[in-house]
Amino acid sequence: MGIEIIKDKCTGCTICTKVCPFCALTMADKKAVIDFDKCTLCGACVDSCKFHAIELKRENSRTPNLEQYKGVWVFGEQKKGKIQSVVFELLGKGRELADKRGVELSCVVLGHNIQGCAEELIHLGADNVYIVDASELENFIDEAYTKVLVNVIRKYRPEIFLCGATVLGRSLVSRVAVKLHTGLTADCTALDIDPKEGFLMQTRPAFGGNIMATILSKNHRPQMATVRHKVFKAAVVNKSRTGKVIKETVDRTLLTSRTKILDIVEEVTATVNIAEADIIVSGGRGMKGPENFAILEELAQVLGGAVGSSRAAVDSGWMPYSHQVGQTGKTVCPKVYIACGISGQIQHLVGMQSSETIIAINKDPDAPIFTVADFGIVGDLFEVVPLLTKKFKAALNR
Amino acid sequence: MKIVVCMKQVPDTTQVKIDPQTNTLVREGVQSIINPFDVYAIEEGVRLRERFGGTVTVVTMGPPQAENALREAITVGADEAVLVSDRAFAGSDTLATGYILAMAIKKIGDVDIIICGKQASDGDTAQVGPGIATQLDLPQVTYVNKIEDIKDGHAVMHRMTEEGYEIVQTSMPCLITVVKEINEPRLPSLKGKMKAKSAPIKAMKAIDMDVDESRLGLTGSPTWVSKIFTPPSRPKGEIFEGEADACADKLVSTLKDHLKG
Repeated sequence: MGIEIIKDKCTGCTICTKVCPFCALTMADKKAVIDFDKCTLCGACVDSCKFHAIELKRENSRTPNLEQYKGVWVFGEQKKGKIQSVVFELLGKGRELADKRGVELSCVVLGHNIQGCAEELIHLGADNVYIVDASELENFIDEAYTKVLVNVIRKYRPEIFLCGATVLGRSLVSRVAVKLHTGLTADCTALDIDPKEGFLMQTRPAFGGNIMATILSKNHRPQMATVRHKVFKAAVVNKSRTGKVIKETVDRTLLTSRTKILDIVEEVTATVNIAEADIIVSGGRGMKGPENFAILEELAQVLGGAVGSSRAAVDSGWMPYSHQVGQTGKTVCPKVYIACGISGQIQHLVGMQSSETIIAINKDPDAPIFTVADFGIVGDLFEVVPLLTKKFKAALNR
Repeated sequence: MKIVVCMKQVPDTTQVKIDPQTNTLVREGVQSIINPFDVYAIEEGVRLRERFGGTVTVVTMGPPQAENALREAITVGADEAVLVSDRAFAGSDTLATGYILAMAIKKIGDVDIIICGKQASDGDTAQVGPGIATQLDLPQVTYVNKIEDIKDGHAVMHRMTEEGYEIVQTSMPCLITVVKEINEPRLPSLKGKMKAKSAPIKAMKAIDMDVDESRLGLTGSPTWVSKIFTPPSRPKGEIFEGEADACADKLVSTLKDHLKG
């Protein structure tokens, strides 16, 4: 078994039994005991034990020539030649990581007729921009994008590779990491460099949220991570920055795919992607009907935000699924989240509790949404929301 | 058509509460459920069988008690169930899990379509589905919200994107991950419940599959958890009560500068 309690060191403090996410640790004769049917070897207890009484043994494989991997890379997701906003945020964080490591920051862009992107990416902090331009890459296709990206990564060997946790990003890098046989950490909320050994410290919520885990890929390169929209601050544009643009040509065989896009349909209702919105006004069961969402739209418009929804409102058919915030919908972290008539069940909270400022409007003063709210109004939303719209309009001169 | 649905047993987060004193999860009494997204995957598998014929095999990797989740899948129409369980799998990250499930599916053999939920509600990575596809060298379509048709060795489906959806054609066999919008799962039938009680669950251990042992569990996992901590709880908020107009005034004056910047 890979885990062991060193009985001599165990003081019977019981901390590990409380930390274990799987209730696999109990006490017997004032020593910790592991239930191996429950233990998943997650390592949470090892970190919690102040007496180093729990040992996790690993015999890990290793990426060959690991020390040759250098530099921080960011995947430059683009659609129709437009770089997606999450890339600006990744470049901001990527620059910081690259400076700490004393290495270059590079951005790789796949697409067609995308030469124009390079300058913008350099102004945002990239030292190098790698461009792979081919008609087959015009739209995202899992297989072709994977083969091309794997090829480029194998050639240049970055030590860190960051990508947005978008529909495209999650589909793509999951494949790429497997092909490269390396570690990938999804939805990181913090990234830093380990000051001693230089590893990428990847922090993310674990075990369904409320617990954070810092994850390392010590023996594999590149260390890959995805990050959601709005988690990091966007890089500041500096038009005097210079950098290199490298046009990569790839073998035609890498561009083939067994899937193809027959059509791309853009839906009007989803024109504002809530994951990218700075301000979200969300409605729940308390909205009472689809027609009432108009008052949220008015407030959202005044604030320059988007309208979200709880699962209850989507399941009732009041709002399209693309607007759903929460466990089975989208995870968002806007600057301001205004929850109207949302009681705040845990499924909803996990999708929005990392928002910068949370405002709750609810009739019920005991609604759980108030426990995460920075500001709240106990009252009838049908009275409060139109008042807010009017008052914000005046206060913001809009 | 041979349909495989991958599923995971997860803690029911709707029951999870936070201990306000210690700010940690209260796990006692939390039941296990089928990952919410996998419920749609199972339903879609059953619907494909109803449209095109064939069998639905549900597969899960997990501890022995994950058998309960497999039986639940049988109540809503799955034909066969495989429990991939072995101490050697403990500590697997998404890379190792994808590998193990891929090897199990290879063992099942001649699969036409693999259906996964878009992600699991406990890990939220969305990595295992594409991981299985890559290990088996299959094409994938993620975030599927509609399967239009399957014929002549090809499937046409709708894939949800940030802006709307794409209509994608893929060759078969393939792997898809599905979102909630794809269907409305049925309730268990009486016949299904009867069947689930006695249905044989096929157990698969490492020794039953042609696996490379160095790719299992902790040894096969590049990512390591180095630290676990509880995030600082949000400071208690300011709640306005009383007359609506006065409350709205307070909120607007508190927030207006924040919103300008």
